[in-house]
This record gives sequence, structure tokens and C-alpha cells, in this order.
Amino acid sequence: MSPRVVAGPTGPRNSEEMTIALPGGALWGETLDALDAAGIDTSEARSDTRQLTYAAGDFTLVQMRPSDVPTYVEAGAADLGITGKDVLLEQRDRALYELLDLRYGACRMVLAGRSGDERLGETERRLGAMRIATKYPRIAERWFEETGRQAEVIEVKGSVELAPLVGLADGIIDLVATGRTLLENGLEVREDIAPSTARLVANRVSHKLRAREVDDLVERLRKATWT
Amino acid sequence: MIHPIPPGTRDILPDEMRELRAIESSLVGVFDEFGYGQVATPTIEYDEVLKEGESRDTDPAYRFFDERGDLLALRSDMTIPIARLVSTRFRDAEPPFRFSYIGRAYRAVSPQRGQMREFMQAGVELLGAPAPAGTAEVIEVLCKALDAVGLNRAVVGLGDADLYRQLLTEVGVEEDAADMIVARLAAHDLVGIETEVDRLEGLDPAARKTLLRLPAMRGGAEVLEQAHELGGDAVERATQRLQSTYEAVAAKGLADRVLLDLGLLRDLGYYTGAILEVYDPALGHILGGGGRYDGLMKRFGSDLRAAGFALYIERLHIAQAEEERVARGGPR
Repeated sequence: MSPRVVAGPTGPRNSEEMTIALPGGALWGETLDALDAAGIDTSEARSDTRQLTYAAGDFTLVQMRPSDVPTYVEAGAADLGITGKDVLLEQRDRALYELLDLRYGACRMVLAGRSGDERLGETERRLGAMRIATKYPRIAERWFEETGRQAEVIEVKGSVELAPLVGLADGIIDLVATGRTLLENGLEVREDIAPSTARLVANRVSHKLRAREVDDLVERLRKATWT
Repeated sequence: MIHPIPPGTRDILPDEMRELRAIESSLVGVFDEFGYGQVATPTIEYDEVLKEGESRDTDPAYRFFDERGDLLALRSDMTIPIARLVSTRFRDAEPPFRFSYIGRAYRAVSPQRGQMREFMQAGVELLGAPAPAGTAEVIEVLCKALDAVGLNRAVVGLGDADLYRQLLTEVGVEEDAADMIVARLAAHDLVGIETEVDRLEGLDPAARKTLLRLPAMRGGAEVLEQAHELGGDAVERATQRLQSTYEAVAAKGLADRVLLDLGLLRDLGYYTGAILEVYDPALGHILGGGGRYDGLMKRFGSDLRAAGFALYIERLHIAQAEEERVARGGPR
């Protein structure tokens, strides 16, 4: 088969709307507020339907798990995406542009242990390594490597606070916003690893070929979230 | 019986192979037309030789010993083997040298569509032709190659590997801090650049603005003017080389095909000066890249200045399919 020549102008496909991958869950509400403030009509996304994609003027909004956002954006299934910095740190080998700190959804990645309990230090001293449960195994491994310590990182998918309570781990690495969940489970912060907020990311090709539209949205979102 | 193959490799069956062969023969046609003779080099090389490339992300991933105990590696690109070939086999010949290749290379990437651990690259190397004329010739061949495989909407991003670092030096940023900032740029982390720039002490507010704005500047010729307006002489000096490359490309009538990108960096360690990336609007991944590697040949004992590009054949094929879908009005 000979290669097919496709008619069309060189350059960006301005005719098509841009797709934005949005995080469901904790960031969903503030993300829609930010988009509204940036002049993007999110009424369809707010309506109580069970859709996964929503029309919003020049944009198509797609709702997904925050940790799936980098996957869709890297592959170009979405031109832009919003997700937490925690997700980007955990998936740091993704080829994405990180364009803007949206400043909402603030929380911290921390290492926590049982309150008033020296088990963390003790296991490190006597057994050579801490056992740490986390949903963020790559952030955890990097943290221990950077701080020159040995740890056994145990990946769990559900409530990570459970692990030290029943003796699966000596401590946890997790994202905390207010610290209430830690407190309720008798845990306390021992080390601060990194702050996290919502970020705007872009596909590498969309960032180049749809530069004007991308930059326009960055400016609108900057005005909406930085004031 | 089901017998597995290693992760990141795949079998190619006749229907796909026919289309891949058509792409290859279109590319070879263009390479021939411009006088780039095709060469082949071994898939395996001495690890030591490949290490001359000193590239961070494309270090050979597959290494093994031969029967004599020598450490061998599967090549991770074609540029270094060709640099070796030229310095060894063409020591007394008169440059410039024009070579093309189509061959497999190997990288330890996480496998996904269009990004396998074993992949086909096609490209050219032009050795002994300095910037900007040599660079412009390579970009011309690249554009004709994209046209030949039907990707006439594809665009070549053009940047300069040293531009941002030079700008940091121009505005007086010390080397350690500059390393941190360039690392953020290499990771495409514009938020991180702002964080690092704001850590600098005693930075002039105008310089701060230039450092933050420049990596996002991309587009046509107006980008260079905007950059000059923003940063004055420091930017003028840092963008001089890019400007002359752009003028040489424009003189070939290819200005529309090129997207100037002041924030472009490539992760191959050997690039100096102009760098290229290829984008097609129908595909979310880059189709290939390249640039100048004026310093690389020195590591092989020659002082030839050189430039080249490589296209990922499998991605060209996917882009063709996506372009057909777009042309039919189908979903992305």
C-alpha cells in the first residue's frame, strides 16, 4: 500500500476542541470551580448524570481517577489534564509538560508512625530496615534512597492507616490534608517529604502544535486560581 | 503451545510488514535523492564504544559478555555507531559525508504503543558540514521524508540545546543553580523552573521574567522578536545561533514547516546547538528528533561537525493510520 496523502494545512488542528482530563474524587469540586472561574462552562459536568465525558464550549471534559490523568495525557488521548503533584511525583517518568501550579488541593506527602511509639526507629536500628506501607511505592523508595536509609516498602491499595495498626508495617507514607485521619488512627507525622497541590499538565505534542490555545488556558487558569 | 517473547518486543505479520516496507522504501527514496548513501552497522557493539555517547536516558540497556569475556551491548541509537564508523573507516576521505540508515535499536523503556524496547529507526547523518547550512540541509531532508510518507501536516520543532543554559549564564546564575534549573527544563517541569528561579538570590526582576517566560515561547519567526523584546542583549546573544539556523531553513522555503521552540531540550547528552523534534497533529507522541552534535566526533578522535535526525518507523506508521482516521472524520 502506498502511503496516503492527507489534505490539510500544516500546523495545529484548530478546528477540533481540546480535551481536558480531570481528576474525580477529592479534587473534582475545586477543579470545576477553577474551570468556571476561568470561563469554562462546567454545568454539564456538574449535572447529576453518569456520563464520563462532558461538552464545555471549546473543550471536552473527561472525568477519571487522578492517577489515570498522566496516562491519558501522555498518550495524547487528552491534550491537557489536571491532577495532584503527588500523582506526578509517583509517575515521574511520564513525558508530560507540567505547566501550572493551580494552588488548590493543598496537602503534604509525609512519613507517619504510631503516636508515642518508637517502633520506627527501633526496627531500623535492630532489624536494619523499616517496613513502610504506602500507595506511593516509588515516592517512598526514592525518599529512603535520598535520605540514605533502608526500608521495606509495602504497596497497599486501600486504607494505608490500617497497616501499622495491625502490624503489617512500622509506618506509612501517605498524603495528608488536615491530618485528621492520622490522628483518628493514632498516627503522627514524623517526616515531611513533599508538598502537593493540583497541577495543569499538557501532552508534549499538544503543547507545541496548539500553543496558542494551551497558553490562553494557562493564563485564564492562572488568573482564576492565583487571586 | 504458547511461547512468550521478552517484554517490549513483538512479532510483525505480513499485513503490517507490507506497510512498514512501503514507509521504508519511501524514506530511502528521499535519502537517495539527497545523496545519503545507506549504511548498516552491527546491532551489537563494544559497550565502551557506545558509552562515548554519554547520554543519560539512552544508555544501552542490554549488555552481555561474548565468549572472550568482552562486554557487548545492543545499540540504543544509530548516531554513535555511525560516528564510530566514520572515524574508523573514513579517516583519510574528504568530508562532508552523507549517510542514511534503517535499523533496529534497543532501549529499556516501559512498553506502550509506538514505544517498544526493540524499535526501528530511519535517519540521516551529515558529517563535516557546519551550522547553519548543514543543519538546514538536514531539516530539508527531514521535511521531504515526512512528505514522502504522507505526513505533510507534521511539523519540525527547532530549538537550541545550549540556549537556556547560556541565558542563565548571561543573567549571572551560578553553575550549580543553573544545573538544577536546566534539569527541571529537561523534565518539562515549568512549575519546577519557577520554584528554582525563585530560590535565586539577588536576581533582577526583568531577568526573572525572561527566565520564566522563555521556556514557554514557541511558534513562528515572531517568537525570536518577542524574546528579544523581553530580554534584550542577553537573549539576543543566547538566541543568535537559533536565529541563523532559522534563517537558513527559511531560505529553503521551509519556514512554515518549522516551529521555533526556545524551551526545547533533548535528553540525549551529545547534542550541541540546534535540536529537532517532530510532531504530527494526529499523534500524541513525537515521531523522531535530532540535531547537531558538533562535539561528539571529538570523542572519536575527529573534529567533524555534524547533524542528523532519526524517525521512529513504527510511529510514522501509527501516525499514517491516525491521519487516515482524522481524514475520514472519525474519532481520535
